[in-house]
Amino acid sequence: MVLLAISRPSLASEATGNGTEHTITTLPIVIWKWEEIHFPYLVALWVLVSWLCKLVFQLNPCLTRVIPESGLLICIGWVLGGIIYGADKVQTFRLQPFTFFFYLLPQIVLDAGYSMPNKLFFGNLGAILVYAVIGTCWNAATLGLALWGCWLGGAMGNIDTGLLQLLLFGSLIAAVDPVAVIAVFEEVHVNEVLYILVFGESLLNDGVTVVLFNVFDAFVSLGGAQIDAVEIIKGIISFFVVAVGGSLVGVVFALLISLLTRCTKNIQIIEPGFIFVLGYLSYLTAEMLSLSAILSCTFCGVCCQKYINANMDERSVSTVRSTMKVFANGSETIIFVFLGISAIDPSIWVWNTAFILLTLLFIFVFRFIGVFLLTWILNQYRLVPLDFIDQLVMGYGGLRGAVAYGLVLLLDENKYKEKKLMISTTLIVVYFTVMLQGITMKPLVTWLKVKRAAVSERTLAEKIQNRTFDHMLVAIEDISGQIGDNYMRDKWNNFEEKWLYWLLMTPIARKSCDPIFNIFHKLNIKDATSYVKEGERRGSLAFVRNENKADVDFNKKFGADFSEMIRDSVPSVCLDMHEQDLKMRESEDFDAHHLLQQHLYKGRKQHRHRYSRKQLEVNKDEHEVQEIFQRTMRSRLESFKSAKMGVAPPKKISKHLKKDQPQKVREACTFSSFPLVFITIFLEFSEGDSASGYEAAGGSFPMRAYRGAGIVNPAFMAEMDTMDPMPPMQQIPSWLAETEVDSSNMVPSQRAQLRLPWTPSNLRRLAPLCLSTHSNDSFLLADSPATQEGISELPPPPPPQDGQGQGTHK
Amino acid sequence: MGSTNSTLSKIPNVEELMQETGFTPAHIVRLYDRFEALDKEKTGHLRPQDFGAINRLAMNPIGDRIIGAFFSPGQETVDFHSFVRILAHFRPADKKRPKDPSMPEPVNSRTSKLKYPPLVFSLISVAFQLYDQDKDGKISRAELLQVLRSMLEMQVTEEQLESIADRTIQEADLDKDDAISFEEFRKSLEKVNIDHKMSIRFLR
Repeated sequence: MVLLAISRPSLASEATGNGTEHTITTLPIVIWKWEEIHFPYLVALWVLVSWLCKLVFQLNPCLTRVIPESGLLICIGWVLGGIIYGADKVQTFRLQPFTFFFYLLPQIVLDAGYSMPNKLFFGNLGAILVYAVIGTCWNAATLGLALWGCWLGGAMGNIDTGLLQLLLFGSLIAAVDPVAVIAVFEEVHVNEVLYILVFGESLLNDGVTVVLFNVFDAFVSLGGAQIDAVEIIKGIISFFVVAVGGSLVGVVFALLISLLTRCTKNIQIIEPGFIFVLGYLSYLTAEMLSLSAILSCTFCGVCCQKYINANMDERSVSTVRSTMKVFANGSETIIFVFLGISAIDPSIWVWNTAFILLTLLFIFVFRFIGVFLLTWILNQYRLVPLDFIDQLVMGYGGLRGAVAYGLVLLLDENKYKEKKLMISTTLIVVYFTVMLQGITMKPLVTWLKVKRAAVSERTLAEKIQNRTFDHMLVAIEDISGQIGDNYMRDKWNNFEEKWLYWLLMTPIARKSCDPIFNIFHKLNIKDATSYVKEGERRGSLAFVRNENKADVDFNKKFGADFSEMIRDSVPSVCLDMHEQDLKMRESEDFDAHHLLQQHLYKGRKQHRHRYSRKQLEVNKDEHEVQEIFQRTMRSRLESFKSAKMGVAPPKKISKHLKKDQPQKVREACTFSSFPLVFITIFLEFSEGDSASGYEAAGGSFPMRAYRGAGIVNPAFMAEMDTMDPMPPMQQIPSWLAETEVDSSNMVPSQRAQLRLPWTPSNLRRLAPLCLSTHSNDSFLLADSPATQEGISELPPPPPPQDGQGQGTHK
Repeated sequence: MGSTNSTLSKIPNVEELMQETGFTPAHIVRLYDRFEALDKEKTGHLRPQDFGAINRLAMNPIGDRIIGAFFSPGQETVDFHSFVRILAHFRPADKKRPKDPSMPEPVNSRTSKLKYPPLVFSLISVAFQLYDQDKDGKISRAELLQVLRSMLEMQVTEEQLESIADRTIQEADLDKDDAISFEEFRKSLEKVNIDHKMSIRFLR
């Protein structure tokens, strides 16, 4: 890396002094190997130091409320820079453009694209493009011309520059910076439309910036005389090529990623890695072709998010999401720290008050003018006009950041005699916008009473209504005979469903990526987890046995009991089954069996394969299911026993639950046996982690084997049949009964585990561990008659399974 | 704009219509042309079959219900005035229009979207009607299920549909009568920004 190639000259000299004539006279036990490893060591050390800075100011929370994190990081950078400068007398560590553009920026952009709320983005794409393209050109041109005018007027004294150079400077400082925007706006939470406009602009204006930069750079090299109409036309053409080409590269890579995730079912362990590699490649490819790399990376993330989220396993999706956030956040931190460090370097500072002040002034003024002008034009065409307050915030939110700094460092010193001045000015501008505007952004937003982002969770009703409204709008457009937005959107949806889904998504994923469904699952999971929490809290005896009613309406029964911990005091509606549909119940027993197998099984696997690097899922041993089930049931019994006897239930259960809560509640199910069933039902769709604030990335996940196996699973059906002649247990669910059939193959220990210590004679009570309705608490049931017969033998065989035995009916 | 004026003169009470709905003459003319195009038999009224001629509407999962919304209860036909009035609900709310205090508030302002005056259609009530086919003032579970089925049938099994329907009712049903009344419906949509969502561009 260039960073370290020129860094630490002192150390290097030391090394050569020590290491070159190295002839040993005796066996060294330990050698000082700094010269060999100093490169990766310094890299790692700097990363660590930057991230530790983040830790430092988290110690004082009120500080972070006032000053945005980015500002604080810059301050710490100053401190560190001062230390290093004091030690070395020269600034050995600086933010090098190559490092910045190739190692620090791509992940931020990829993360931005991947978590972009697509619907909002494409809905406002017109406005975003107007701001990005026309706005940036306006900013660049006005700034350059204004500075030139002032230079001609002599306000700046004697600096060696010209119109083209000033235009170039204008173009690189005019662009709103995505890193800074993310850093500041993240903490402010303005309403979504405003956010997406500023953020989208900051991403898409890279197309313009790159073109302007290259064009003006080329013009400066050519010299003023050679610029004629042809060159200017070429410049305009190059804009289109660069911008559109960059986007196309991104789309191509998005297609590649989607196709790839379609085939990676068997290597799920490194599935997430593909996303990163291909995303990075899209960035590099565009850069190689001198197209806009940021646009490429953005569109790659934007276009592929829906398909890869549907195709990949839930774990992979959440891995990708978290890892991207880690990288993006980490990079951002490093960037800001180094922005601070780079300032403590007297060699780059050239102070020209007029230039700097005028730049600041013009940036500010022209940004506001540009925003107001463009918004006025846009409002003629927008459905929802932007009001004045929003425009104000948008103008104020035009933050400049590290991209400008990186670009200015790329300038050739020989062509640009005033490079140092430009660097200094850029640094001042960046500090001003990030710190001052960052600090005042929040108070401003509050003072102006800007509409904030709605923090409400989406309810299912809302989602359904939205869907209905969409259809309604399309219909109204059809009736009134016009082609409007909704028509286009509908057309795109149809096209997507017909072709893209078929091409890019696995068959299973295709069926299940419906937003309504996703919300439904999320809500169910939420309910399940809060239900479990409540159950654990109350000592896991919350289920009330009801001998009389076959079905339990959780609504009515537990609404009163449960605290407000449970939202709406309703655990779930899925469990509200009615007795009449026996067939459904039977099929749901199969579902439950399959679900149990899936999830108990998985929990086990995660546990076991901690050391395996190759595979996550090894064998599909059904005995494992039994074993786990027995184990958990037993522990459940223990807890129940101890609770009955006044001993506190093992705290570890709830702790596990809490710990696992953010990720997969699925894991919880192996530890908390109690609401085992209910969790597993919902867990099938577990995506555990909460969606990002803007409902990003769809959150769709494959509904995998549920659909196929749920209702008609030949495997289970077959077993059912074979059991008929020798039904081992009374109304025991098939999967448990299965073990009887296979008992000869089972390892004796497993068979022993089959015998539940407290197996009641009437195994009917075990049945509720399947989906069904009613009492839930089999152990409660088991307890009451206190029958412990048949402990030494397996319970009497059930009557033939004919569908009526399932569940507990009365 | 000779043709506009001549078309306008053909429409009875057009001034009152424009004032009430806020459409410009150009809009009214466009809608009138559309009305005539749909009204193949030139009766001056539209029947449900006329709407059926729109192909794309047939593909819409709730197309037939929307057609039904155009017809007030008991009526078999819809005339141009009602046609325009209903479409006026979808106009974006125009803040810049000068408010004439003597005029009744135009049909699609935010408040009218929230109130439920029996004679004036409001946007939410249009939506409510889509669900409530038997017009008993409540959305029952079965009705909700029907709508869900038509919207989601490709992707979701029957049991899941029922669960979703149950869940939705639970969320919205405040008085626990297992059905969603208009008030509850409106309340559940409080947070949704109806104005933004329900406006159609061309109708500005």
